[in-house]
Amino acid sequence: MTTLVIARLTFREAARRKILLAALLLGIVFLTIYGFGFHYVNVELNRSGSSPGPLERNEIRNFLLMAGLYVVNFLTVMMAVLTSVDTLSGEIASGTIHTLVSKPLRRWEIVLGKWLGFTGMLTLYLLLMAGGVIGLVYLISGYSAPHTSQGFVLMWLNGVLLLGVSLFGGAMFSTLANGVMVFGLYGIAFLGGWIEQIGSFIQNQTAVNIGIISSLIIPSEALWKRAAFEMESPLVRALGFSPFSAPTVPSPVMVGYAVVYAIVALILAIWQFSRRDL
Amino acid sequence: MSAASLPPAIEIHALRKEFGEKVAVADLTLRVERGEVFGFLGPNGAGKTTAVKMLLGLIHPTAGEGQLLGAPLGDNYRRARVGFLPEHFRFHDWLTATEFLTLHGNLYHMPHDVTDRRVPELLELVGLSPHAGKRLRAFSKGMLQRIGLAQALLNDPQLVILDEPTSGLDPVGRRLVRDIIREQREQGTTVFLNSHLLSEVEITCDRVAFIKQGEILRTSQLQTLVEGELTVEVRARNLRPEIIAGLSRWSQNVRADGEHLSLTLTSESDLPLINRYLVEGGVDVYALRPQHLSLEDLFIQVVGTDGGL
Repeated sequence: MTTLVIARLTFREAARRKILLAALLLGIVFLTIYGFGFHYVNVELNRSGSSPGPLERNEIRNFLLMAGLYVVNFLTVMMAVLTSVDTLSGEIASGTIHTLVSKPLRRWEIVLGKWLGFTGMLTLYLLLMAGGVIGLVYLISGYSAPHTSQGFVLMWLNGVLLLGVSLFGGAMFSTLANGVMVFGLYGIAFLGGWIEQIGSFIQNQTAVNIGIISSLIIPSEALWKRAAFEMESPLVRALGFSPFSAPTVPSPVMVGYAVVYAIVALILAIWQFSRRDL
Repeated sequence: MSAASLPPAIEIHALRKEFGEKVAVADLTLRVERGEVFGFLGPNGAGKTTAVKMLLGLIHPTAGEGQLLGAPLGDNYRRARVGFLPEHFRFHDWLTATEFLTLHGNLYHMPHDVTDRRVPELLELVGLSPHAGKRLRAFSKGMLQRIGLAQALLNDPQLVILDEPTSGLDPVGRRLVRDIIREQREQGTTVFLNSHLLSEVEITCDRVAFIKQGEILRTSQLQTLVEGELTVEVRARNLRPEIIAGLSRWSQNVRADGEHLSLTLTSESDLPLINRYLVEGGVDVYALRPQHLSLEDLFIQVVGTDGGL
């Protein structure tokens, strides 16, 4: 009950501070540009007769779809971190937390409520953006990528995972230190992903291992790679290389690891917030 | 249940809090009865706010234990009967006054119809009715303190803990706080007032504790404290040294400067005895003026002038 009150408060704060409006407006701008871009490429594809062939046309459509979702994935991560990075540390620093925590509630209800609120926002944002990209591609060209729902869930999990890390950091550090930590971790995952991709291409096992270790430190890039693997065209899958995914596809075990990671991050956030002095 | 059979409002024993090397509260033992208005006095940095935060479960004590309304510190259920105004009164300033109070009503698990009734009542009580729809961001410091006070009284608490409730208020606001405290006392509510504004405490409190460097130096009924101790200013001639020395049987604190003599007494009944002693000793007494100590004098006397630094 209290958890829901806090979740609603979190949502309302984002609305009042115009975060939702900014995200919505820029999301619409993004989708508009994406839609126009995709439309003109698609017109060109349909006009050029037999070359490229129908199969290759869909390859190009899939490529553009993945490019759109790649950006959406990045924006979702940003949204997850930027909205939540200040929520605990900021309230602790300003003292607004005192009137909340002195009420008849348990501290875990505050953390869980905030998590729910942000997760709700994240879900709506991803539905708008990823749904928009996938929907536009389908409406304009009739092309639909395989396994989009699995891809969507993996991208969602990516956002939720970083949200949990950001909440834990907020219970532990100042806002600035938390931001440095979360983006630092994200940077490690990003770099590790590229090292793994190139290492796999030139068949260097050490480079691949570095990528795996970075995915264990934080499996956010691995989740995107798995999502991309799910949604890319069978041909790219067979070729095993595209700018958005690696030949070494993160296994379902890595996805399971990411789920556990996201849950543990939330539990640690609750634990740290419950034990600290306010 | 009568007030006498209820557990005390606050009972803490040997409460201690260390932040790393620093000892914020050394050893705090205290008991506040139901219906009391209790003043918690001390210089800045004496550990008052840390102590209050421990009472409310915001800070976990390093050692010691305590009960609030008969339940262990930080107990969730009891906090429903406690109201709290924090020191810096920083609130979610993107909410309007009505939304803010409604939110806290929800957090107190108050039924919606009760919240809907109480919120306008409290806005009226603290004089903020005309600003009900205004966001807290646009509020002045004094208005924020008033809305904080309304928030602390929303749940009809049995115990109200006010941390520096008048520090941001103008004289009108201070009077309002005094009236509210008086009203709460009449309703049988226990009020724990954390303050260094002594004139406020002097007017409102039944009992006070002086705290310095995280320890209680003295706890006393305000009435006996203020009435009990007094200083006497004497103007007289023929004050011989042996006469002055003889005053030590009534006072440990005698200062003589020419015709002027000042001494501190613990009881008013010593006055005629001193007068007779002086006259029979051949002293010509021109004036003998007893003065009760103000709380401020007492504060300086108990806590010292170094401000606890």
